[in-house]
Amino acid sequence: MGIEGVGARVARKEDKRFITGGGRYVDDMVVPGMKHAVFVRSPHAHAQIKKIDVKKAQGMPGVVGVLTGKELKADGIGNLICGWMIHSKDGTPMKMGAWSPLAVDKVRYVGDAVVIVVADTKGQARDAAEAVEITYKELKAVVDATKAIQPGAPQIHAESDNNLIFDWEIGDAKATDAAIKSAAHVTRMKIVNNRLVPNAMEPRAALGHYDKAEDHYTCWTTSQNPHVSRLVMSAFYNVAPENKLRVIAPDVGGGFGSKIYIYPEEIVCLWASKKTGVPVKWVADRTESFLADAHGRDHVSMVEMAFDKDNRITGLKVDTIANLGAYMSLFSSCVPTYLYATLLSGQYNIPAIHANVRTVYTNTAPVDAYRGAGRPEATYLLERTMETAARELGVSPAELRRKNFITSFPHQTPVIMNYDAGDYNASLDAAMKAADYAGFANRKADAAKRGKLRGIGMSCYIEACGIAPSAAVGSLGAGVGLWESAEVRVNAVGTIEVLTGSHSHGQGHETTFAQVVNQRFGVPIDSVSIVHGDTDKVQMGMGTYGSRSGAVGLSALVKALDKVEAKAKKIAAHLLEADEGDIVIENGEVKVAGTDKNLPWFQVALAAYTAHNLPAGMEPGLKETAFYDPSNFTFPAGCYICEVEIDPETGTTEIVQFVAADDFGNIINPMIVEGQVHGGIAQGVGQALLEGAHYDGNGQLLTASYMDYTMPRADDLPSFKVSTSNTPCPGNPLGIKGCGEAGAIGSPPAVINAITDALGVGDIAMPASPSTVWSAIRAKKH
Amino acid sequence: MYSVNYHRAASVADAAKLLKSGDAKLLSGGMTLIPAMKTRLAAPSDLVDVSRLKELQGVKVSGKTVTIGAATTHYDVSADANLKKACPALAHMASLIGDPAVRYKGTIGGSIANNDPAADYPAALLALGATIITNKREIAADKFFKGLFETALKEGEIITAVSFTAPAKAAYQKFRNPASRYAIVGVFVTKGKDGVRAAVTGAGEDGVFRSKEVETALSKNFDASALDGLKVPAKGLMSDIHASADYRASLIAVMAKRAVAAANA
Repeated sequence: MGIEGVGARVARKEDKRFITGGGRYVDDMVVPGMKHAVFVRSPHAHAQIKKIDVKKAQGMPGVVGVLTGKELKADGIGNLICGWMIHSKDGTPMKMGAWSPLAVDKVRYVGDAVVIVVADTKGQARDAAEAVEITYKELKAVVDATKAIQPGAPQIHAESDNNLIFDWEIGDAKATDAAIKSAAHVTRMKIVNNRLVPNAMEPRAALGHYDKAEDHYTCWTTSQNPHVSRLVMSAFYNVAPENKLRVIAPDVGGGFGSKIYIYPEEIVCLWASKKTGVPVKWVADRTESFLADAHGRDHVSMVEMAFDKDNRITGLKVDTIANLGAYMSLFSSCVPTYLYATLLSGQYNIPAIHANVRTVYTNTAPVDAYRGAGRPEATYLLERTMETAARELGVSPAELRRKNFITSFPHQTPVIMNYDAGDYNASLDAAMKAADYAGFANRKADAAKRGKLRGIGMSCYIEACGIAPSAAVGSLGAGVGLWESAEVRVNAVGTIEVLTGSHSHGQGHETTFAQVVNQRFGVPIDSVSIVHGDTDKVQMGMGTYGSRSGAVGLSALVKALDKVEAKAKKIAAHLLEADEGDIVIENGEVKVAGTDKNLPWFQVALAAYTAHNLPAGMEPGLKETAFYDPSNFTFPAGCYICEVEIDPETGTTEIVQFVAADDFGNIINPMIVEGQVHGGIAQGVGQALLEGAHYDGNGQLLTASYMDYTMPRADDLPSFKVSTSNTPCPGNPLGIKGCGEAGAIGSPPAVINAITDALGVGDIAMPASPSTVWSAIRAKKH
Repeated sequence: MYSVNYHRAASVADAAKLLKSGDAKLLSGGMTLIPAMKTRLAAPSDLVDVSRLKELQGVKVSGKTVTIGAATTHYDVSADANLKKACPALAHMASLIGDPAVRYKGTIGGSIANNDPAADYPAALLALGATIITNKREIAADKFFKGLFETALKEGEIITAVSFTAPAKAAYQKFRNPASRYAIVGVFVTKGKDGVRAAVTGAGEDGVFRSKEVETALSKNFDASALDGLKVPAKGLMSDIHASADYRASLIAVMAKRAVAAANA
């Protein structure tokens, strides 16, 4: 490892512009003639649109256009799609209702977009939006998925009877039932995974620009995957053919999944730009983000875990109801299925698993992937159940887990996944040591003296990253392949541009990708530029989500580097009159091994472009492209231990210690990895203690601002003790597993296990707010 | 925000005149009014800014008498050396309001004129038995705070200062809403020449109120132990997604106990 190579703790190159206000976000983009858009949104959770009158609004100062869904449909703009087909267990395809970018005859959640108003200023657009007169006939709403599938519940889409989208299963029902029947002990729980609002720091935004002279569209958008956005907008929404549509996702201030999807607003801004003849910019305000960004989680599950007399797990049966909100968002169908139920084996040897998942429409914001996407739900369910089982069986939670750990690899689970590598005992040992697990009893006694209830809880998570082998996900219903592309352009003076289909919205690609190049050619990372987020610059890519940029995006880069290296060696061998096999590249020099013959890197690059003296038949230039399709998922895993102290008088929980021991495979930049773990734990602790989207019975979002939705703040969190004990991933060239989501996946059950331990209660709802904890203490007393 | 006419008043008298135009509103720190205007929940035609009037600035301590100008910021109250000696509880309370930006802009007069049911100052002034001085009259705190966002102020009346006699002992404890960090329950207790007063913010359906139960218990014995096992009725307390009335009732007893302990410390 050099000082800037793989494994080096290099400060992030991009942070200078971010922390000095120099980032360039969609809202910073200015196009001549640009106008501003405001969306008129439904104030009702469920209503028929009887009449839309835009006359008054059209006559207001500065207004250039007031457009409705009817006009959008007349221009042939398509409905939003869900990109992953799931079939119910009876073989029927999922029952998906139409989602028009602007609602036409019905609105289905508070925040549903109905009309776009375009005006000279945002203020004028807002004034005119208030003047749009929409007559609604209110319908009964339902927000709770378990109620939405009851007979007589309000019907949200004609296509899905009783709001049931699909009823899907995985695993072996018969074997699992048999295991439960013959079990020595069965732990049964109801597990609720609370709904979250992603809350990226930068709200969503879109700027659509139709250039009439060129008959060409440009869309600046807050996207985690601009290429997929272009593909979907051209292939399904009929906005423009791909060659006439450029999508740019510039600096993007956080995504956490919520910016994967193609939302109505960017489609409508592009269409409205052509319709009005002016570039149209929309930037969400924070309340719009709360209302209309895709939410996360929202599962209700029943679980049964069977044990034999030696406390070995013999079977796991899960029945889950997943709330998908009012419409099926782009990847909503795969989250509670292939990203969830396939992880239900956890770190454990479980011979029989069966999971049934029903997905349900409700009058709430669409639900889709949010940091972890399915895997936090699986981990929460499993790790709460393991902890409860240990308490019921009277054995230590660590020993029960240890007894059931998978210890030999590869390991085929009963739910598709084939784990390639891991050492779960190592993570558990590391976490218990860092947490001084053995000293807990003393700390608890000390806390009791101070009137505090102290508890400890652990969570051993596994997740699947590096999504994913294209053929495998294709066979499971995915509409896209999940490979990645990279192009390495060596300039004539030896500096390098890397073009990647990954997209950085906070991950640090500009640093880590450069570190991989530095490791290979010795070029300083300052001489390596990373180009991403623009469909005109990067030909194609699948974007960033599911902790895939390292495992998949960097693997594509390695493949491209291999090709560049091979050509550079050929050139060097020719120039140094040596055998190609003897050429090595070290510390920025191209050498003949075992001799003092060498060339600086830049001279090889220069030779490629002067082309004065190249091997016979070789093309000039030094630029290579590669596509990488992974052969398997990667399986990061780890053990988290949380210790809390609760003030019984107020119900306030303080996290007094949080230990994370992760296995991420090989690491490019430990500082960035630690940052990812810190941020992930903050979000996981947020889910466990603070965050919860709350709709009232009429479908009004009660937590639509930071006055009511509790985002984690620095003083809510302890200083984390993080470490890694890594087993390299055998499936990709860098041995990377991925680290972006682990913190959010592993931490919620650790926190809740600690709280239930402190209180001596079986369960407590997330978020375990002071009020919830106080109520649990009171209920226990009475 | 809708468009609005902005006036910077030259004096309190000038402000009173300007307030007569259209649907004018006084602007002090603007920490509530401006966000409400930005979200279009408030739409005054005119703003009359009194925040820079010299005559409304500053903390004066003379013997036991404390007078605070209406446009004195929370920061200036929290940092005033004389006040810290005369009534440290109030300086401490001011240091707990909002965040630094709010404390540098928000003012005592603005806070009590708005009378947000979760604001801190109403509890303090009620517990201190303060007098609210306007350009027209003096109003006792007991008569000033009327209900949610409601005060005894008449149309065109401008708060110029508040004054009170520093109590022998006082302290404020608040339990914050985890999201907004406003008080779910805030209790300000005082022990002065007229006895014990305990005012509660954040909890009452009608805004700030004095807790009879707490005052009765503490009048006998101004010690935290006097509140052991105290039951505060949940009737009349707010219930919302953050806290039930029962929880608030319980927190009133807990915060009162902690406030008394702090006052005696």
